Amino acid sequence: MTDTTDTPTPLTATTHPQGLDTHLIVDRDTFHLDIKLTAAPGEVLALLGPNGAGKTTALRALAGLAPLTAGHLHLDGAPLAHTPPENRPVGVVFQDYLLFPHLTALDNVAFGPRCQGATKSESRAQAHTWLTRMGLTDHATSKPRHLSGGQAQRVALARALATNPRLLLLDEPLAALDARTRLDVRAQLRRHLAEFEAVAVLVSHDPLDAMVLADRLVVIEQGRIVQEGTPSDIARHPRTDYIAQLVGLNLYKGQADGHTVHLDDGPTITTTEDLTGPVFVAFPPGAVTLFRDRPTGASARNLWHCQVEGLETHGDQIRADLAGELPLAADLTTVAAAELDLHPGAPVWATVKATQTHAYPA
Amino acid sequence: MTNTAETLEGGRRRTRPRVVPLPLLLPALLGLAFLVVPLIALLVRAPWRTLPDQLTSPEVWEALRLSLLCATAATALSLLLGVPLAWLLARTDFPGRGLVRSLVTLPLVLPPVVGGVALLLALGRNGVVGQWLDDWFGVTLPFTTAGVVVAETFVAMPFLVISVEGTLRAADPRYEEAATTLGASRFTAFRRVTLPLIAPGIAAGAVLAWARALGEFGATITFAGNFPGRTQTMPLSVYLALQTDPASAIALSLVLLAVSITVLAALRDRWLTAP
Repeated sequence: MTDTTDTPTPLTATTHPQGLDTHLIVDRDTFHLDIKLTAAPGEVLALLGPNGAGKTTALRALAGLAPLTAGHLHLDGAPLAHTPPENRPVGVVFQDYLLFPHLTALDNVAFGPRCQGATKSESRAQAHTWLTRMGLTDHATSKPRHLSGGQAQRVALARALATNPRLLLLDEPLAALDARTRLDVRAQLRRHLAEFEAVAVLVSHDPLDAMVLADRLVVIEQGRIVQEGTPSDIARHPRTDYIAQLVGLNLYKGQADGHTVHLDDGPTITTTEDLTGPVFVAFPPGAVTLFRDRPTGASARNLWHCQVEGLETHGDQIRADLAGELPLAADLTTVAAAELDLHPGAPVWATVKATQTHAYPA
Repeated sequence: MTNTAETLEGGRRRTRPRVVPLPLLLPALLGLAFLVVPLIALLVRAPWRTLPDQLTSPEVWEALRLSLLCATAATALSLLLGVPLAWLLARTDFPGRGLVRSLVTLPLVLPPVVGGVALLLALGRNGVVGQWLDDWFGVTLPFTTAGVVVAETFVAMPFLVISVEGTLRAADPRYEEAATTLGASRFTAFRRVTLPLIAPGIAAGAVLAWARALGEFGATITFAGNFPGRTQTMPLSVYLALQTDPASAIALSLVLLAVSITVLAALRDRWLTAP
């Protein structure tokens, strides 16, 4: 706290761009966090990393709940490093939501506007609007303990948004949900984040959540940024073993028509899910099987002709970066790679079983 | 904490011995009798026939009214000062916090008479603080009804502080953080979030403090004296009556016993069910 200094570079000092511009330095016992983040309004940033990487510390520093040791924090050009949390235009959705158990859903959402000076009826009217937007009108008078996980998550989001934040922080927004509601809530959250016009930063240890929800990923390990980029970028070109193992996902966007998903740039993928409309399809690189010659026995579904762009070793696995009909990443053992005689430029056939793919509404 | 208690109790249940060794059973029964027999004696020797007359006498009502009034005022004062003190002890970190905590708990173990003497030296007409109160505001506390409230608060407040501090420590401080991210100042967060969350603990602490204040004798008689209608509360009245009119003392004791049982019943869910 003592030596916290706002030392913007001459460039930021003169231009003060909109959105988030921060250099977070937090020293705590033996832990050292040092990350730089920038995000434009409307952008959704995901901090991804293993447990203990410093994601939550970064989030708490952004919210003002943990003091910066050094660095700076500018939001829409305004320095916030020394502003107490209650005066920051920052909204937080906590991991376990932290809805006030003694207040109804409506009063939870009205809490923020009320603190900002709105009258009781004004703040309740605003809260009602937010609950309606979240499709929670019927639960306005429910206490948090009577809400399902998905409903509680939406109330928490409404509560954070009701303060009109210029920076929305979400700490593991889907971690508290069971697998089934998770899919629905993820799709809803994606929609709400897309509508949000200011900067959103979410923290996740789940690569799929991060990739679906965020425009840009920032991978943190041991308090430092190890990689930064778009989800597909990071999935195809992981720079550390952690990213390769966890973030390694083939992710595509397309239009679903029953079990067939037509990708935006041509090829189709067959899935087990029966969906219509815009969807994402994801499958892990380990689900891809490669053949040197066109497999005769296999069905023609989910078979693409590609060529090897690059090969990288991650532990005892080799990740093949493929281009062609469908750009994708495939993991195979070193033995398999040797048997296939893989080398950059080699043509291969790639297949994925429909049961190994995962499609969900965009 | 709760988990540990449950586990411990679970373990106790599994290993509960079938035969209780005599060297443990005898003292245990003796201890039980020691606690219960006096109360039974009180009931046995109660002047049941004249009781209605005893209890409707104006002196009894005067003492009871004063006792209830002072104990309630002392509880209110304890809440007003004790809850913020408990919050300070539970939620902030300052040098000497351990010492402050010890000072707060000191009246719990201090003989109440010593407390009364100390109060006289502090708030008496010539006391360290009392002389200023007298000079500036014309306020005199010793030997007044207000003095009773002060003496009872001194003895009762630590119970409330300890109880509320425990509840605060068990409460999730992140609710306060959530409130501040919504624009609440720390005080607003305390008032609108923390206070409602710890209300059960505050209520329990208040009942405990109230019961302690109601029974307060030593500090009260030392600091406030024994003036009927002004500072003579039930315990003082019982003591006085015992020397002149034992039947009346028993009747008064029965009233206090009834009040104690009522308090215990009110706290049933909180403490009697604990392991």
